[in-house]
Amino acid sequence: MSLRRYALAALASAIFAGSAVAKDYELLNVSYDPTRELYQDYNTEFTNFWKANHPGDNVKIQQSHGGSGKQARGVIDGLRADVVTLALAGDIDEIAKLGKTLPENWQTRLPDASTPYTSTIVFLVRKGNPKGIKDWGDLTKDGVSVITPNPKTSGGARWNFLAAYAYGLKANGGDEEKAKEYVKTLFKHVPVLDTGARGSTITFVNNGQGDVLLAWENEAFLALKEDGGTDKFDIVVPSLSILAEPPVAVVDKNAEKKGNTEIAKAYLEHLYSPAGQEIAAKNFYRPRDKAVAAKYATQFPKLELVTIDKDFGGWKTAQPKFFNDGGVFDQIYQAQ
Amino acid sequence: MSRRISPVIPGFGLTLGYTLVYLSLIVLIPLAAMFVHAAQLTWDQFWAIITAPRVLAALQLSFGTAFVAAIINGVIGTVLAWVLVRYTFPGRKVIDAMIDLPFALPTAVAGIALTALYAPNGWIGQFAADLGFKIAYTPMGITLALTFVTLPFVVRTVQPVLADIPREIEEAAACLGAKPLQVFRYILVPALLPAWLTGFALAFARGVGEYGSVIFIAGNMPFKTEILPLLIMVKLDQYDYTGATAIGVMMLVVSFILLLVINLIQRRIEKP
Repeated sequence: MSLRRYALAALASAIFAGSAVAKDYELLNVSYDPTRELYQDYNTEFTNFWKANHPGDNVKIQQSHGGSGKQARGVIDGLRADVVTLALAGDIDEIAKLGKTLPENWQTRLPDASTPYTSTIVFLVRKGNPKGIKDWGDLTKDGVSVITPNPKTSGGARWNFLAAYAYGLKANGGDEEKAKEYVKTLFKHVPVLDTGARGSTITFVNNGQGDVLLAWENEAFLALKEDGGTDKFDIVVPSLSILAEPPVAVVDKNAEKKGNTEIAKAYLEHLYSPAGQEIAAKNFYRPRDKAVAAKYATQFPKLELVTIDKDFGGWKTAQPKFFNDGGVFDQIYQAQ
Repeated sequence: MSRRISPVIPGFGLTLGYTLVYLSLIVLIPLAAMFVHAAQLTWDQFWAIITAPRVLAALQLSFGTAFVAAIINGVIGTVLAWVLVRYTFPGRKVIDAMIDLPFALPTAVAGIALTALYAPNGWIGQFAADLGFKIAYTPMGITLALTFVTLPFVVRTVQPVLADIPREIEEAAACLGAKPLQVFRYILVPALLPAWLTGFALAFARGVGEYGSVIFIAGNMPFKTEILPLLIMVKLDQYDYTGATAIGVMMLVVSFILLLVINLIQRRIEKP
């Protein structure tokens, strides 16, 4: 009797679903530090979206956060991520190269180089901007101290570094040597090099170190949103910055093994939908969608943005040139 | 006609086998894997990595701060153990339990808390700032974090030995006319030294490898406050697994030599 009822229920759900049987999905999204709030919101949205089309399915999405490079190493070493949503394309490249769990051309599989939302690097300063900081040039003035994480260990800090370098190039008419000189002087103003973006935020916000924090735009907004944040800090938007593109990708082999290929793809594609874009914008990421971007235009100030692909030849060129052993960053810190 | 002498306690074969398997799985295989991985490098490459100026600066810093922290804990830990064993006072049990807290606390939490206190505008750091020096973001801050993290070692190794020394021995020495300093020098020090050295060595070894608490308070400036474990992380973040293991192997070898020396000293003391 109960068996017949079960069979009827199963039949009914199969009819409603319009597909075979209801399924249980467990999806693991391995992400970097500041996306915690974004994906909490988005997972609810996506679960509802999926259930609307597949009633009866159970979707459980787990998220894991940490420094981008560390997360990528976790996936290479066997963490069964269905999707990765990291701070920079270079880290997903390494998963493709060393882990061989997704093809090397992963960035061509989704629109906008597989980056559904972007951000940029801005300055967070103390309330009222007592040191009068308006642009990159002000950061190297006497008595200004700058907080940024170590680009060797932090994906976010690499964007900071390249933004500073781009300013150095522009201010000196494209002279690479002078740009190097600028970043060298800039890092003389850095008293503490934390290993990750969150560490730097703690140093600046909680421990009161430094006059300026170089931060992801979304992190800067979050710092303002915190209790009393607007009474303590201001955001300063420099004349030029970098378009920070945190990419997303399905880790094919893992998703395949867990039978999640279809839902993992849908999970990332839905990020590009108006609903997904809206959630990104609400969490202070710049949306790609023109309509959503227009709606949130007042939130995101316009500024000149260089890009990693056009101005630095992509991560494959930029990573070894700037950040690997002996690169531009290492040349800043030579033995005295 | 086998002349095998069976040991008094049965199960020798079983326990030895268990010990070997256990040690292999937990300790030997991971360590061996590190050496194997590092062996991908030629000797010249390996030497170039471990003698890079930045690595040497970090080596000096890591071993130096760990040594100072172990010395500080050697003194303070002995005093703590002494107070806990020899005196009864209200709250003794609570303090005794508190000694182990640094082990229980996640090291990152310890690092963040210490930094908040000792940063130039922290509760304690501000007084140091008034006197014109900094604690957090200097080697002093690193030593502080290591002292915190390794505090239990000396206390916990010295405490039981101290409790085992009968007071009568000291009293007898005093009756025979020994001055307090002589009692300390000729009765207590020889009895305590082996245990003290063990605690010191444990604290030192733990300090050399400590990462979680130090990175928050160190400031991580190359050549100034960059510790060796951080350099390993830096290499890993470049996906340079081999470079990272090279530094790991170097740390392991140096630590092993130092621990061996301490062990030899201990033997000397125990069998004069």
